[in-house]
Amino acid sequence: MKYEAVIGLEVHAQLLTDTKIFCNCSTKFGAAPNSHTCPICLGMPGVLPVLNKKVVEYAIKMGLATHCRINAQCSFARKNYFYPDLPKGYQISQYAEPLAEFGHVDIEINGEKKAIGITRIHMEEDAGKLLHDEHNPVSYVDLNRTGVPLIEIVSEPDMRSAEEAAAYLKRLHEILVYLEICDGNMEEGSFRCDANISLRPWGETAFGIRTELKNMNSFRNVQRALEYEIKRQQYILDDGGEVVQETRLWEDGQGVTHSMRSKEEAHDYRYFPDPDLVPIDIGRDWVDEVEKNLPELPLAKRERFMGEYQISAYDAGVLTVSRALADYFEEVAKRSGKPKIAANWVMGDILKFLNEEKKDIKDCPITPSALADLIGLIDKGTISGKMAKDVVEQMYQTGKAPTAIIEEKGMVQITDESTLSKIISEVIEANPEQVAQYRSGKEKVFGFFVGQIMKATQGKANPKIINDLLKKMLTKS
Amino acid sequence: MKITKKEVEYVAHLARLEFAEEEKEKFTSQLNDILMYMEMLNQIDTAGVEPMSHAIAQKNAFREDSIGESLDNEAALANAPDPRGDFFRVPKVIE
Repeated sequence: MKYEAVIGLEVHAQLLTDTKIFCNCSTKFGAAPNSHTCPICLGMPGVLPVLNKKVVEYAIKMGLATHCRINAQCSFARKNYFYPDLPKGYQISQYAEPLAEFGHVDIEINGEKKAIGITRIHMEEDAGKLLHDEHNPVSYVDLNRTGVPLIEIVSEPDMRSAEEAAAYLKRLHEILVYLEICDGNMEEGSFRCDANISLRPWGETAFGIRTELKNMNSFRNVQRALEYEIKRQQYILDDGGEVVQETRLWEDGQGVTHSMRSKEEAHDYRYFPDPDLVPIDIGRDWVDEVEKNLPELPLAKRERFMGEYQISAYDAGVLTVSRALADYFEEVAKRSGKPKIAANWVMGDILKFLNEEKKDIKDCPITPSALADLIGLIDKGTISGKMAKDVVEQMYQTGKAPTAIIEEKGMVQITDESTLSKIISEVIEANPEQVAQYRSGKEKVFGFFVGQIMKATQGKANPKIINDLLKKMLTKS
Repeated sequence: MKITKKEVEYVAHLARLEFAEEEKEKFTSQLNDILMYMEMLNQIDTAGVEPMSHAIAQKNAFREDSIGESLDNEAALANAPDPRGDFFRVPKVIE
């Protein structure tokens, strides 16, 4: 039978605040275990949590960036369960009154646009970290992460394929990083994703029985896990069986999901309003203030680049992957006045160099203005595009200006026609056989002559002039 | 009776509490008494009254995002029954 997948995602994003959500402890990753703790995040009796204002501001940012309604009032609730990474016996989260609701994120697959609904965005605290002993039946608890601020972004069950889910996830990630409210590091767990997935016969509108997938710590794994789960559920349904509603873990090494086999005990979190925290009123002026300071978001930037710089959708996509890269390109484009050429240099050589060293554009030794200068030198004919490839490599290695490198290496292009004519006639004289071939109609040997001339000039000959002169000189006499 | 003994057992389990039989009976009747008392509130007309999530009228209690002092590791682990190195140590739990 033909089935349709129904997928919804829950994303947890760690916010880039300096301190935890309810206390003054640092959120910095990598500190000695349990050194960023205090009576509040350790859950000592009698302490009072106080909300970090920046957490609310960051959550409003994400709400606005995903077209959500920011609720005028929201409040915190306690989610009660026992687990050693949760010292209080409850997680402070939002339940009945989340900060933001009814948003959407636009994705595009093969040129087709689709809006994925956002059910809600709420603020909550992260739990601690457990390290399990491999040989003994014990676990070690590090509570540094306890109380680190999170936003949970819950999507509508709007996705119909693993590909759509991956596209949605990438968009969310991109927006969070653009807003500079989350570092987006999936491996360190600052951006985590759980998926709910069910299948239903094609054309059916009621939902099938879903499973929840966890433990997917990369975009690729989210897509792989969903693809696997679609197949798994399909086999069960085709066999006349029934999918078991359960949580399943993705096993990266084996490329499968397997049941967590937790004790069959329905979760009952007994949410109730947290009496330690007063409600939050978010006035229109606060929302306006945040909105005023929102940066240009990736999708808007992409569309503007395509219009303003006449670059392709693909190029605009690559160049807006990060805000820093987009800013870099834009400066090169503006300074050089040649946006398309700027795009090629940034996407080609610059990204290649950076990727080879796994460096960020922020650490690029070539400044945008130096790259723009190089583009200007090619445009003026001072150097050829081929020579520029060498120059840009030198620029990357030394951080020197293009003119300095050109001078040092004596790389100035030969554009003088009489000098070039002399070299061309020498090449023609030395190769009578190829001349005869060319004149008998084998035009392919033209390339051979260009190669010989370039060799004779160490690549410094201006290719355009060579082409013109060579053509003339080969045909005459 | 609004609350049954079964519900008392369920809630006790969620809270990881264990009770003797007579305690369960006692709590069942006590919880029912409390709920009956609460029922009296239902007689009041609350149409048009916003539900409260907090007993005091204050709103928007915030702190600024500036780092303060944390406990040193020794103090953080002082109440732990079974610390090891920098960690709290607990029986292995994998959900």
